Amino acid sequence: MTTLTDPPQGSFKVSMLLNDTRYRSYTFQFIALILLIAAFAYLGSNLAYNLAEAGLNISYGFLGEPAGYDINQRLIEYTSQSSHWDATIVGVLNTLLVAFLACVTATILGVIAGVLRLSNNWLISKLMSIYVEAFRNVPVLIWIIIIFTVITAVLPGARAYLGEDPDVDLTLGMFAFTNRGIYIPAPVLGSGGMAVVVILLASIMAMFAYRSYAKKLLFNTGRLLPMAWPSVAILILPAVIAFYVLGQPITLDTPDPLANRFNLRGGIQIGAPLIALWFALAIYTGAFIAENVRAGIQAVSKGQTEAAASLGLRPNRVMNLVVLPQALRVIIPPLISQYLNITKNSSLAIAVGYADITATLGGITLNQTGRAIESVLLLMLFYLVISLSISTVMNLYNRAVSLKER
Amino acid sequence: MAMHTDHKRSDELPDVRVDNQEEVKMKKTVFLGALTIAGLAAGAAAAGTLDDVKARGTLNCGVTTGLVGFAAPDSNGEWNGFDVSVCRAVAAAALGDPTAVEFVPTTGKTRFTALASGEIDMLARNTTWTFSRDVDLKFEFVGINYYDGQGFMVPRDLGVSSAKELDGATVCIQTGTTTELNLADFFRANNISYEPVPIETNAEAQQQYLAGACDVYTTDASGLAATRATFENPGDHVLLPEIISKEPLGPLVRHGDNEWADIVRWTLNALITAEELGVTSTNIAELAAGTNNPEINRLLGTEGTLGEMLGLDAEWSKRAIMSGGNYGEIFAKHIGESTPIGLARGLNAQWTDGGLLYSPPFR
Amino acid sequence: MSDTHAHSVAYVRETQLPQQPPPTIETGAVKWVRQNLFNGPWGSLLTLVSLYVIYLILAGSLPWLLNGVWTTSNIRECREVLDGATGGCFSVLSERWNQLLFGIAYPSDQYWRPTVAFVLLIAALAPVLFMHLPRKLLIFTGLYPFIAFWLIWGGTIMVPIVALIGVGVGYAVYNRYVADSFAMGFFGGVAAAMVTWWLGGFVIGAMPGFIALEAVPSRDMGGFMLNMILGVVCVSLSLPLGIMLALGRQSSMPIIKWICVVFIEFIRGVPLITLLFVANVVLAYFLPPGTNFDLILRVIIMITMFAAAYIAEVIRGGLAALPRGQYEAADSLGLDYAQSMRLIILPQALKISIPGIVNVAVGLFKDTTLVSVISMFDLVGMIRGPILASTDWNGVYWELWLFASMLFFVVCYGISQYSQWLERQLATDHR
Repeated sequence: MTTLTDPPQGSFKVSMLLNDTRYRSYTFQFIALILLIAAFAYLGSNLAYNLAEAGLNISYGFLGEPAGYDINQRLIEYTSQSSHWDATIVGVLNTLLVAFLACVTATILGVIAGVLRLSNNWLISKLMSIYVEAFRNVPVLIWIIIIFTVITAVLPGARAYLGEDPDVDLTLGMFAFTNRGIYIPAPVLGSGGMAVVVILLASIMAMFAYRSYAKKLLFNTGRLLPMAWPSVAILILPAVIAFYVLGQPITLDTPDPLANRFNLRGGIQIGAPLIALWFALAIYTGAFIAENVRAGIQAVSKGQTEAAASLGLRPNRVMNLVVLPQALRVIIPPLISQYLNITKNSSLAIAVGYADITATLGGITLNQTGRAIESVLLLMLFYLVISLSISTVMNLYNRAVSLKER
Repeated sequence: MAMHTDHKRSDELPDVRVDNQEEVKMKKTVFLGALTIAGLAAGAAAAGTLDDVKARGTLNCGVTTGLVGFAAPDSNGEWNGFDVSVCRAVAAAALGDPTAVEFVPTTGKTRFTALASGEIDMLARNTTWTFSRDVDLKFEFVGINYYDGQGFMVPRDLGVSSAKELDGATVCIQTGTTTELNLADFFRANNISYEPVPIETNAEAQQQYLAGACDVYTTDASGLAATRATFENPGDHVLLPEIISKEPLGPLVRHGDNEWADIVRWTLNALITAEELGVTSTNIAELAAGTNNPEINRLLGTEGTLGEMLGLDAEWSKRAIMSGGNYGEIFAKHIGESTPIGLARGLNAQWTDGGLLYSPPFR
Repeated sequence: MSDTHAHSVAYVRETQLPQQPPPTIETGAVKWVRQNLFNGPWGSLLTLVSLYVIYLILAGSLPWLLNGVWTTSNIRECREVLDGATGGCFSVLSERWNQLLFGIAYPSDQYWRPTVAFVLLIAALAPVLFMHLPRKLLIFTGLYPFIAFWLIWGGTIMVPIVALIGVGVGYAVYNRYVADSFAMGFFGGVAAAMVTWWLGGFVIGAMPGFIALEAVPSRDMGGFMLNMILGVVCVSLSLPLGIMLALGRQSSMPIIKWICVVFIEFIRGVPLITLLFVANVVLAYFLPPGTNFDLILRVIIMITMFAAAYIAEVIRGGLAALPRGQYEAADSLGLDYAQSMRLIILPQALKISIPGIVNVAVGLFKDTTLVSVISMFDLVGMIRGPILASTDWNGVYWELWLFASMLFFVVCYGISQYSQWLERQLATDHR
């Protein structure tokens, strides 16, 4: 719009502020700025007045005071004597935990469903369509509640596992599925246990080194090294050998049905709210990811598949080596925004009593202290930081994989 | 070239027209929104709550989202219960119509903001009178309509007879209430452990408890009794003897509007005094004609000018009592021993019967 | 040579064999089954596994569905009728039907009003959704908001009439001046409408009972009706706001651009539920003392802002997808900014963005269930609150949640199918 020929320079008239394109944008911006400042000043003065009227103030001092309530699902040490700030951190970690679990599960589900939806098998592809449509078109809140209700209503109570002669025996002697949550054995490191862990980590790195070496060899010389069994061997053998050589230093702490009359003790307990939220988010978002995956695969032109087939590649190799790498470029950006959605939707934890940050800081702390403004601000800040960092990562990735057109 | 231009124009024109019409529609919607705002935003609340209520013609009363016996909508959407009766009595006193009440359901989390922001005129939602709520949150508790305490309910077949045996138990609590803090204190003081399961509404707590997802449900003893009454087999569940806290429940209003606070306070007192003096909804018409008892006369407005002092008419308390009966009648009707909830009067008997109910005199 | 050959062969066919039908395994149903269900061992395995899963689901749910009880008045009676047999207590749906749809507080003798409004909504949306319907029907679409407002909220008919006259006056003024300058037309129109409404306020005040329906405060809205109201109102309001935000974000004026960017990124960065908390617990502090918005209005404002940010991003995509030449062509015709946007850019950009906007609308409609978290009795709130808490129905979960999911599924699936159909209709460019 500035490509118009500039009118002749002349004396400045006030009307030019509106009519002259050179000045008009300044006028508009000035007005916008004034309006913005006025709006903020208005809201701010209302806030100040209302707070003064109610005798309240803005202070974050409450974060240092003892919270007074207990939290069942916690990744760090926390008691009712810990501060509200600790409760907030517990909430943050719980949010991140459920978001991480749900992202991983949703990706797996979504990729499987998306690929199967394109399957030649009529029944499977129809089933996958039903899954995708059913979950995409019903609010996630309803899914969370339904899955929570399923867990509560279908699984046996914890007491069924308790006592000398329980109604239900531990699965494999170490797993318990109750409506309070799932109990799994916890590894206990004895002396030398750390060494086994270190060896395992080292073999993981060794495995990747081997795989990249094999790949390089294949590309440089065309020699195809076996991939599957050496990987497994490198991964497992050293750790297993170390485990037995060092005298089985890692033991399992299994849930004990006899220690307490109300609950299983020992092992790791994954609470029912966490499971409900995790599964609901994963299945719901998985349906969206399945659509993204399908769209991504269909975006790879048919000629690519045919070309690969004419080279003699088998169908699964066509998928792995030709289609998926190209589809990924289309799939990944919406995938990351689905991860963002999972993180934001995890705030619905409040419906099932999972202690994420919305439930601790935005729920109980807000209630008990009455510090609504401070709590809600902090809450929003947390989600903003998460969102902005995820979108930064996404932008970096987009820049990295975008087709370099010359 | 010319053809191309023509083609473009014929393509463009209908688009333009549609766009115009759509834009108009959008604009109309915006205006409707603005109008709705203008139409729905109630007038300034600063004038005084009583004036607002009168101008509005209805009393906005905050209640729970559903606790049978205290406040719950029946299948016709009609609210009923012990707390609801207090709202109705206030509406009858202030507006002359016990049905002129708008019930605003609130959760433990939303109730205080609803009151503070003026969305409701009073809160009658089994709310515990505590120092910090009164002083720090700037509310005015006008009295106590139920003396309660936090109790525990467990399934009978668990064989628990005392809350101190609950080491390691999973406990359902309603979040956003004082019970959450009391619970933490109680278990810490007794040096036993527990797993809390925070839950938003009573209905969900009930579901969790019945499914065995928690061993114990803790809330106010009255709430436990009310909840147990809705069970299929109430006899399978026991209330433990420990009452771990004082929970004086009562209606509350915002700080600062003392006239309104007086109306709510003395309406509640009128219900209590009516029971003490034997004024019931059946004999009130007869008594209002005049009696030999000057206090009854003052209460019912045949003597003195109490109503006028409150800014109401002389018959305010008569209407309040007639709306649902006196305190004893309300209690018996909604939560008393003849109802499924079956609460004994206990602490909530009149002081003359050894209870704690003690209304200041109407003089 | 040929002779020798002929002699060495014992038999030579001299007539062509009649054409044979292909083998049965290569035709009809059998071929289809082989190709689509038992294609290789892996495919067969998958088919068998899915058949088993389907069997499990049907075996679990069919008796429950078919043996359902529809006529009892509470769960105890229902269990008596079932007498231990498997079956759903669907009577909760028939008994609480009105509450599920309209909430607990809407006057029961007035249920016809939202019902009529809903039927009219379909009529009003039809010309927007289907381009081949007569364009004259759009007049009714324009009138619909006023009719719906009157039907649902009630009160005197003068309120919507005055509103409509205001809009009419505003539009007339806008039409008169838009040729001179868009800004002049726009602000003149707004001012004229405001004046009309202000004057109309006195008229309304003078005749409060004129053709009045019983007034229903917005707090009394509930059930699925509340989800519909929130969905429809917020989507319609967020469209113009979203367009403005998208244009602002594209603007060359840095201040305006940054205001829009910050707004959009902020809203998109936080979950809707925190915005609802703001509406519920914080917003009151930022309003002038004594203002008393009711909750539903605060929620509408928040959800509208939320939806607008997402719609703005969709439209920005549409704007970015337009070839640069369109902008330049508009400039070269001598159109100013408002004209080029209105006549050239937005019609095309909006067309590209329709599928995205529909996606946002579906998502938003689903998100309206979140209001149950702040104690509003929408469909989910009704189920979690009054119905499950009542003595009559506590313990009936599956029937209620199945019903809620079905309702949402029908609406959302319908909208997304429409969007796909529309995409095919609009795909005029490539083929």
